Amino acid sequence: MKYADEFRDKEIALGLAKAIRAEAHPERPYRFMEFCGGHTHAISRYGLEDMLPKHVLMIHGPGCPVCVLPAGRIDMAIRLAARPEIILCVYGDLMRVPGSQGASLLKAKARGADIRMVYSTIDAIRIAEENPEREVVFFAIGFETTTPPTAVMIRLAEKKQLENFSVFCNHVLTPPAMQNILESPDIRNIGRVEIDGFVGPAHVSTIIGTAPYEFFAEEFGKPVVIAGFEPLDMMQAILMLMRQVNENRHEVENQYSRAVTRDGNLRAKEEVSDIFELRDQFEWRGLGQVPYSGLKLKRAYAKYDAEVRFEMNELRVDDNPACECGAILRGVKKPVDCKLFGTVCTPETPMGSCMVSSEGACAAHWTYGRFRDHQQRRAS
Amino acid sequence: MKGYQRKLDIRNGCVDLSHGSGGRAMAQLISGLFHEAFGNEWLARGNDQSAFDVGAGRMVMTTDGYVVSPLFFPGGNIGSLAVHGTVNDIAMAGARPLYLSASFIIEEGFRFADLKLIAESMGEAARTAGVHIITGDTKVVERGKADGLFISTAGVGVVPDGLDLSAENARVGDRVLISGTLGDHGVAIMSKRQNLAFETEIVSDSASLHDLVAEMVKAGGRGIRLMRDPTRGGLAATMNEIAQQSDLGFRLHEEAIPVKPGVAAACELLGLDPLHVANEGKLVAIVAPEVADAVLTAMQAHPLGRDVADIGEAVADDHHFVQMATSFVGGRIVDWLSGEQLPRIC
Repeated sequence: MKYADEFRDKEIALGLAKAIRAEAHPERPYRFMEFCGGHTHAISRYGLEDMLPKHVLMIHGPGCPVCVLPAGRIDMAIRLAARPEIILCVYGDLMRVPGSQGASLLKAKARGADIRMVYSTIDAIRIAEENPEREVVFFAIGFETTTPPTAVMIRLAEKKQLENFSVFCNHVLTPPAMQNILESPDIRNIGRVEIDGFVGPAHVSTIIGTAPYEFFAEEFGKPVVIAGFEPLDMMQAILMLMRQVNENRHEVENQYSRAVTRDGNLRAKEEVSDIFELRDQFEWRGLGQVPYSGLKLKRAYAKYDAEVRFEMNELRVDDNPACECGAILRGVKKPVDCKLFGTVCTPETPMGSCMVSSEGACAAHWTYGRFRDHQQRRAS
Repeated sequence: MKGYQRKLDIRNGCVDLSHGSGGRAMAQLISGLFHEAFGNEWLARGNDQSAFDVGAGRMVMTTDGYVVSPLFFPGGNIGSLAVHGTVNDIAMAGARPLYLSASFIIEEGFRFADLKLIAESMGEAARTAGVHIITGDTKVVERGKADGLFISTAGVGVVPDGLDLSAENARVGDRVLISGTLGDHGVAIMSKRQNLAFETEIVSDSASLHDLVAEMVKAGGRGIRLMRDPTRGGLAATMNEIAQQSDLGFRLHEEAIPVKPGVAAACELLGLDPLHVANEGKLVAIVAPEVADAVLTAMQAHPLGRDVADIGEAVADDHHFVQMATSFVGGRIVDWLSGEQLPRIC
């Protein structure tokens, strides 16, 4: 497969693994957080942990938009979809995300709510055109990568003068969440987990560019390497981070230069800033309220804002108190440290955010890596 | 005087509620369309059941339902799929399939022309497989109560003496053979649903495997422990089922697992794992190491086993993990699919 196999080459991987071993000082640990779920998935899917020295540790960050969506937002969507005039259009991976008390969109659909799985924003527009007597709401979710398509869709609805179309906006931003992780007491004051650097987002950075991380690297003194989602991208980024650590640098470096520039996609950024504005704060499952981390539609576009149009009330739901997702997302704990992991919480019946999507830290470990726990137990 | 009945207007007509009501219209649909397509001595007798001789030995019986959407896809349609799927379930016991039943639940308004195409390809698939559809049923439901057409089948076959293939038979050290490329059927369906155009069209692998199975049994005899056709849930589900039932684990080698480049690319694009995608003309065989080469050679000589690959081995494992050495370097689990990846694939 062209443009993919080149980045999965075994020989090059072995060469990079050797370089990583050579770069690693035996007396110090290297703890890097990959922010994106896409990176978490690549690590697990390709078994990259097997290629890293024991003291080079990867901490799986919160960069999976499905995972961090709080239960309250799911409850809001379920409540909205219960209204007979509503057709709720969602991406398939949202269907099983747990709301409160075991509710999910999948169960709501089975009970009769008109919830339709779509593969692109265009599908939602088409459904609105085909059902002029119904109200079609698109459940918009995702980081900076998926916000531009939502913006384009609103423009399209405007152009087509669609009167029955709106968006339930759950778009969130990457840099504020990274900042929140470093500022959280677990990391800064208690100092239980030190993060030595970040593998920066791949697709998100194609939109926002590398510049937004510069302040971050400077302010917190942490190296950031923007990396692609292929396994060789990951390996190279880890090597680049180790070099920065060893040379005491904290810069933003761009491993994913085949797709990412310093300024990103100007056109996309412009579309987004025309239509969206910052929320004062937005709740992330596992992280809690994070200031200026979410987007909403500007007042000029209020008629496309489902929260305004249908007077949706904000619902807050506490996560299961035994769930360790917050600590796992911050790298303080590992999936196996959670009492729920693999017992009541599995990909079939996820309790916490990290088990929801295959990009979540717990789901990735459960699906691809849990055999290692048994190997370790046997070895010790 | 013989009552006049207008002929079925196959080209322009469609099924209405009278075609399921037990009256003359239904009789006409059955004789004019289904008997025509399936034509055999049992149906010709027009009974509510069909009698057939039972030979010596053990028989197998299976049942299956087909709800695939869309009804027509590259490489087949719901009719050929229903025959292949049922034949394969019988064949996985090492058995020779003999007779099938077919029950049709048809939505009001379904075009005769489409029904004819489907019935004809069912008849064709049955003839190719050497099985007979000897009894059936037709029901018509109101518009909106069935998505066009559902088919359910049953099948019986006979197992050769001394053969007892079963999922608890795998032993540590056994080899895992897969008869060809993975994921073709699921991706063919998906590409139609999403209107995804690829440079080369991906065609479903839907096919009857009993002939291949007969060759394998000839070559491997009792050294063949069990066979499964990895349909919904793909190879991943099949291997996990066997691991549980045989109380062991498997170690697979990703590089050895055959996947067509077009299928791999489509999966990449759609975010699917080819190991989770359905197949309708592939089988997994767990075989004793001493007969593995002979079975492999026999499979290679058969058109449906040309791309056969030895993809791994059974290992001792209390946790029943299916592990895989990735084509990269590290290892991972091949887990069950969770949730619904592709609903209504067969």
